Amino acid sequence: MSRRYIPKVVTANDLAMGDVVYLTADDRWSRHHHEAELIEDEAHAQLRLLNASAQKLLVVGPYLADAKAGPNGPEPIHFRETFRTRGPSNYVHGKQQDAARESTNV
Amino acid sequence: MYEYSDFDAAFVAERNRQFRAQVERRLAGSLTEDEFRPLRLMNGLYLQLHAYMLRVAIPYGTLRSAQMRQLAYIADRWDKGYGHFTTRQNIQFNWPKLTDVPDILEALAQVEMHSIQTSGNTIRNVTADHFAGAAADEIEDPRPVAELIRQWSTDHPEFQFLPRKFKIAVTGAPADRAVTASNDIGVRTVLNDRGEMGYQILVGGGLGRTPMVARVIRDFLPKADLLPYLEAIVSTYNLMGRRDNKFKARIKITVFENGLESFRDAVEAKFALYRSQFGGADQYLLAEIKAAFAPPAFRNAPVDAYDAGLAADAAFRTWAGTNLTAHRNDSHAIVTVSLKAHGETPGDASSDQMRLLADLADDYGYGELRISHEQNVILPHVHKSDLPVLFARLQQAGLATANAGLLSDIIACPGMDYCTLATARSIPVAQKLALHFKALGLEEEIGALKIKISGCINACGHHHVGHIGILGLDRAGVENYQVTLGGDHTENAAIGERAGPGFAYDEIVPAIERLLRAYLDLRGNASETFIETFRRLGAAPFKAALYPAETEDRDAA
Repeated sequence: MSRRYIPKVVTANDLAMGDVVYLTADDRWSRHHHEAELIEDEAHAQLRLLNASAQKLLVVGPYLADAKAGPNGPEPIHFRETFRTRGPSNYVHGKQQDAARESTNV
Repeated sequence: MYEYSDFDAAFVAERNRQFRAQVERRLAGSLTEDEFRPLRLMNGLYLQLHAYMLRVAIPYGTLRSAQMRQLAYIADRWDKGYGHFTTRQNIQFNWPKLTDVPDILEALAQVEMHSIQTSGNTIRNVTADHFAGAAADEIEDPRPVAELIRQWSTDHPEFQFLPRKFKIAVTGAPADRAVTASNDIGVRTVLNDRGEMGYQILVGGGLGRTPMVARVIRDFLPKADLLPYLEAIVSTYNLMGRRDNKFKARIKITVFENGLESFRDAVEAKFALYRSQFGGADQYLLAEIKAAFAPPAFRNAPVDAYDAGLAADAAFRTWAGTNLTAHRNDSHAIVTVSLKAHGETPGDASSDQMRLLADLADDYGYGELRISHEQNVILPHVHKSDLPVLFARLQQAGLATANAGLLSDIIACPGMDYCTLATARSIPVAQKLALHFKALGLEEEIGALKIKISGCINACGHHHVGHIGILGLDRAGVENYQVTLGGDHTENAAIGERAGPGFAYDEIVPAIERLLRAYLDLRGNASETFIETFRRLGAAPFKAALYPAETEDRDAA
């Protein structure tokens, strides 16, 4: 029996800003991992990656990253991908800075 | 200091104009990322984990105050208000937008700076002793020759596509503060037995996945022969170096696989040809460059205020004991401004700190600053009578940490907090170590110690040459830290040996504490440093301290 396919998300960096982005099921690029499309089929993942790779004016370096389902949407598995969802650990910069700004605006 | 000629200024302006157009074409879609990537890398622009990163060259680590102020301006205007000084005397901005980079490059050009050849398979920013022109033990200021090498290597048509990146370091003093033996070429200024000045040339050093200490290819090279000899080495490597395997492409592998003798023969054959072709033009240029590096007119004044400060202020006395180095002029001192405040990121300076350092350089340091490969800022010439007031102003800005050369003066690469190549984080490990030993109150007692941390095998954090090296790896999806012991970054360069299995993220600080408590128990007396004790006793007692359970298991068996 073949091994179970580890679900994936398509992720990349925004061309102009460099920020980490995720491909959603409705073909947007989201800043948030939990909004990504969780892809559970290998053939579909390759198609989605092809689709992402064609968007040369929006993103750089798209690839498939392992992910799992969580209560609020897909969650990363590897620590590198976890760091990419928030930013560096030495300053509140990157996505965690944006999140802090959003929460203070509420 | 060297100032751009019309040629330099026109060259940089033209490169910036080209890059602006390249960015526009990328954004408009007429350049693909595959086409654009090598172009942006030629201008020092990387894409990192969270954002772009711009690496700006600080040739031989020398900055004027106006340049430091401009770096602060760039940090505020286009980044997040800080910059990161690196182990190759560069500065990195971690958050630029692609669309802003052409403007940043123009702002750099206004103060005669650029990012050219800070990436790619070219000759990179030439590094040098950060105490150059000031150190008491110096034979000659290495910077004129470093500037000559910079001019020769910048846009050198034959060396834009070498098998791999190529790093050159120069030192003018017998104490090697430029880690020349870990460079592709190391240039050491020496005197021969007739008292003539020349260079000892080292080749094939490097850290990374195959660490090697450079070997001497020429024991004494007459000064005038330097550029043709360097050209002979690099062109020999350009032909002989491997291009089939990235991991075997550095010159250290070329020298290792072909043997030093055979590599030297090939170099000498080329040198014989090139020597006559240079025809002395380089020496004419060098004489002009030298004039630009004439030392400032050192102020002659009493140093009573310094003595009074030492007597009156214990904090100043402590700082003077760690952060001052002997200057060649008795009434002056070399000041190391630590960018390693406990718990802060090694090598980072805020824009406010950069501006203050520029002001201090103007007020007390003849307008000069240096960046060290140890990620600190140096004020190379400060009159001793100015030191108390300088110290007070540093204190106000959180820049007076008295830890140069101590445990918390840690080299750390950006690691997985920023870098795409990293396999683990390094910055938080450095922060935790510094805070932990400060809380224990053991830092002063432990004394001189070099801890160097890299977040991957590429070793930007120089872990192989740390007395204690820490290498962050990814072991089955978890951060894991290997310890190396006994490395040496000086003229007696040595690669540290791996102590054993790695430690988890939460275990690395306790492991280093066990190691250093063992050192305190084992040292012959309070003046015997960690590395001296290690050399006297070997690795065994330190390994036993790192892995107590395993040692007990073996004893029981």
